[in-house]
Amino acid sequence: MSQDIQIPEIGSVGLLRYAWRALTSMRTALILLLLLGVASIPGSIFPQRTQNPIAVGDSYKNSPELSRWLDRFYMFDVYGSPWFSAIYILLFISLIGCVLPRAIEHFNGARALPPATPKNLNRMEFYATWVPVGNEIETAKRWLKAKRFRILERDGAISAEKGFLRETGNLLFHLALILVLLGISFSSLFGMRGEAILNVGERFVNTPTSYDSLAYGKLFKEGKLEKFIISVDKFDAQYNLLTSAPEDYTLNVSLKRGDLVTVEKHVIKVNSPLAIASTKIYLQANGYSPVVTVRDSNGDVALQGAVPFLPQDANLRSIGAIKAPDAQPQVGFLGSFLPTYERSGSDGAVSAFPQALDPRLLLSVWSGDLGLDDGTPQSVYRIDTSSMSQIGLKALKPGETYVYSTGSITFEGYVQWVNLQIVDDSGKNFALLGAIIAILGLLASLFTRRRRVWIRVGENVEIAGLAKNGAPGLEQEMALFERILKGER
Amino acid sequence: MSNTWAYISNYSIYSALAVFTLSFLAHAVETAWAVKAPERELASMGGSAPSQIATNPSKILDYKATEKIARIATAMMILGFLLLFTGVIARGVSAGRVPWGNMYEFSITGALAFCAAYLAALQKYNLRWLGLLVSFGILLTLGTAVTVLYVPSAPLVPALKSVWLIIHVITAIISGGVFLLANAIAAAYLYLDSMESKGERSAWAKPLPSLDALDQLSYRLVALVFPLWSFSVIAGAIWAEAAWGRYWGWDPKETWAFITWVAYAAYLHARVTVGWRGRRAAWLCLFAGSTFLFNYVYVNIWGSGKHTYSGL
Repeated sequence: MSQDIQIPEIGSVGLLRYAWRALTSMRTALILLLLLGVASIPGSIFPQRTQNPIAVGDSYKNSPELSRWLDRFYMFDVYGSPWFSAIYILLFISLIGCVLPRAIEHFNGARALPPATPKNLNRMEFYATWVPVGNEIETAKRWLKAKRFRILERDGAISAEKGFLRETGNLLFHLALILVLLGISFSSLFGMRGEAILNVGERFVNTPTSYDSLAYGKLFKEGKLEKFIISVDKFDAQYNLLTSAPEDYTLNVSLKRGDLVTVEKHVIKVNSPLAIASTKIYLQANGYSPVVTVRDSNGDVALQGAVPFLPQDANLRSIGAIKAPDAQPQVGFLGSFLPTYERSGSDGAVSAFPQALDPRLLLSVWSGDLGLDDGTPQSVYRIDTSSMSQIGLKALKPGETYVYSTGSITFEGYVQWVNLQIVDDSGKNFALLGAIIAILGLLASLFTRRRRVWIRVGENVEIAGLAKNGAPGLEQEMALFERILKGER
Repeated sequence: MSNTWAYISNYSIYSALAVFTLSFLAHAVETAWAVKAPERELASMGGSAPSQIATNPSKILDYKATEKIARIATAMMILGFLLLFTGVIARGVSAGRVPWGNMYEFSITGALAFCAAYLAALQKYNLRWLGLLVSFGILLTLGTAVTVLYVPSAPLVPALKSVWLIIHVITAIISGGVFLLANAIAAAYLYLDSMESKGERSAWAKPLPSLDALDQLSYRLVALVFPLWSFSVIAGAIWAEAAWGRYWGWDPKETWAFITWVAYAAYLHARVTVGWRGRRAAWLCLFAGSTFLFNYVYVNIWGSGKHTYSGL
C-alpha cells in the first residue's frame, strides 16, 4: 500500500515567504496580542525588580530555591525579559506586515470609483420601486453628494458609496499603535532616569556622581545631561490633624541653568514637576534627617551633619544609621527618629503625628569595626554589627548630648529631606501623539457607517441600499431617501 | 458645614439602598409572576387544554398584572438613581473635591454609573427584564461599600490632587459601568441560549428580546465604550507621568488595565474581522469584563503598587 508521496520542494525562499505570510496574518497578530496580555500577568503577581527590589530580596530570603527557579524564567523582570520582548517585537512586525500593505491598497483605492450598478437591485437589503415622476436622478445626485457619498453615474443609474473613513480610521489606529511602540522604544534607548536624596539647604549639581541611583538608555550620551544646579530652599508638608494623612507638599528650589549664573526661584509639587528643557524634576518622597555631632573621647569632632532616615509608617517613625568611621575606635549608631514622641503601652516609643512637634532620637551605640574598609557595599540605613558591641542606649531631645565610654553624640536638631527624581524622556511625546491618533482612528472606525446606495430610472424608479458590517439605521436612511425622491420632503 | 453634607450623603445612600431593594423586589415579583401565570391559567381552565398552553402559552399569559409592577420597578430604579446621585454629589461637596478618592467612593460612583448606563439603555431598548440583574448588582456594590469599604469623608493625599483625577477616574468608572452592563447582557444571552438549545424558552422569558438582539446589544455597548476606556488608560498614563515621573510602569493596576484593553480589543476583532457571534462572543465578552472586575477587586484590596492608596 505504501506509496511515495512527492512533496514539492519549497526551498528556503519559499519557507521564508511562508513564515512571513503566517506571521503577518491577522490571526497571528490577534494571537500575539492575546499572548501579550497573558504574558503580562505574572508581573502583577510576582514582585518586580524595577519596582520593588526589596520584595524580590525578601522572596530570596524566604524561599531561595523557588526564587532561583522563578528568576530563571525572568519572573522578577517580566517586562524586560527576552520572552516578553519576543512577543511584542513579533507583534510589532506582524502589525507592520499586516497593516502597511492594507494602507497602501486603501490609499490607492481612495481614488477608485464605486463599482457599476448591478442588474438585480431587488436582492439588496433594502429595495423599493415606484413609477417615476421625473427628475429623480438629479435629486438623487444632489442628495447623495450632500451626504458625502462618492458616486458613479452611468446609463441612467447611480452607484454610490460612503463610509470610506471606516477603513481609514481602522488603519490609522493600527499605524498609531506602531508609533506608540516606537515612542516607547525611543524612551528606553535615549532616555535617562535618576534619583537623589537632598537635605533642605543642600545643592544638587547635575552630574552623574551627584545621583544616588542613575540609569541611562543604551544610546544616551553622558555629556547630554542637562546643565543645571538646583538648591533646596524650603520644604513644607501639611498633614490632616485627624488622619495624619498628608494633604500638601511644597518644595521651594533655586535653579541655575545654562550659564550657571542667573538664579530662578521655582516651586515643585507632587503633580507639577519642574521642567528644564526636556529634563523634568519630580518630588517623589520626603522624610527627616536628624542633625548630629559625634565627638571622640578627646572632644574632637568625628562626624557632623544631617543623616537621612527612612520613614517606616504614616506618622513618619524613621529609622537609619549614623556611622563615624573616623572616630577611634569606630562608632556607629542605629537610630529611630520620632517626629512626635509618644509612649504606647504595647509598642514602646512611637510617633503620634508626622509633623515634628516633639521630636526624639532613639539611639543604640555600637563600638568596633564598621566594616567599611573592605569595599563591600553597604546600605547607608543599616549597620553590620557582627564585629561590633553595643555600648549604650539613649533617647535624646534636640540639644541634648549623650556621653558614652568612647565619646559623645549631640542631637542638634533635624532638617527635612526630599527625594528628587530626574527624568529625561523625549520618546513620550511620540507615544502620546500615537495614542491620540489611535483614539481618533478608533472612533472613526467604530462609528462610521458604511453604505452602498443605488438608483436606476427606467420604466420604474428602483432604489436599493446595503449596510456593510451590519451598520444600523439603513432602513430609516433609505426611507428618507425615498421620500425625498418622491418629493414628499 | 462639610459635616452636614457628609450626613446628607450617608442618608441619601442608605435611602438609595432601600429604594434599590424595593426595585429589586419588584423586578423579582415581576419575573416570578410571569413564570406563575401559565399555571394560574391552567388551574382556572381545569387543565382541559394543556396542549394549547404548550404550543402557545404567551397568548394566555396576562401581562397586565406584571406590567404594573414592572413600572413600579423601573420607577424605583429611577428614584434610587436620583438618591444615589444626591449621595455622590453630597459626598463630593463634603470633601471639597470630586467624589472618587477611595474605594468607598469608587464603589458608590461606579454603582451610579452602572445604574445610569442601564437607565440610558432602557430609553432605547426593551431592557426592563434585565432590571433584576442590574438592581442586584447595584445592591451588592452599594452594600459592600456601606458595610466594608466606608471611610469618613476626608481631603486627598497630594498625589491625587490633580485635574486628571476627575478625567481619568470618571472615564474609568463610566467605562466600568457600561462594560458591566454588556456583561450582564452577555450572561443573559448565554442563559437564554442554553434554555433555547434545550427546547423552548420558559414562559417568563418569552417577552425577552431575541438572542440576536442581545448579541448585537452587548457588542454595541462594548464598541461604544471601548474608545472611552482607551482614553481613560491614556489619561492615566498622562497623570502618571506628571505625578510619578513615568507614563507606564507596569504597576499591577496598569498591567490589568492593559489586559482588559487587550481582551476587549480581541473581542472587537473577533466580532468585526473574524465574524464571531453568539455564544463564543458572549464568553469572550464575559472574560474581558471579568478582567476589569478582577482589577478593581484584586488590585485595590490584595495587590501592591502605586494605585493602592485608595483608603483601604
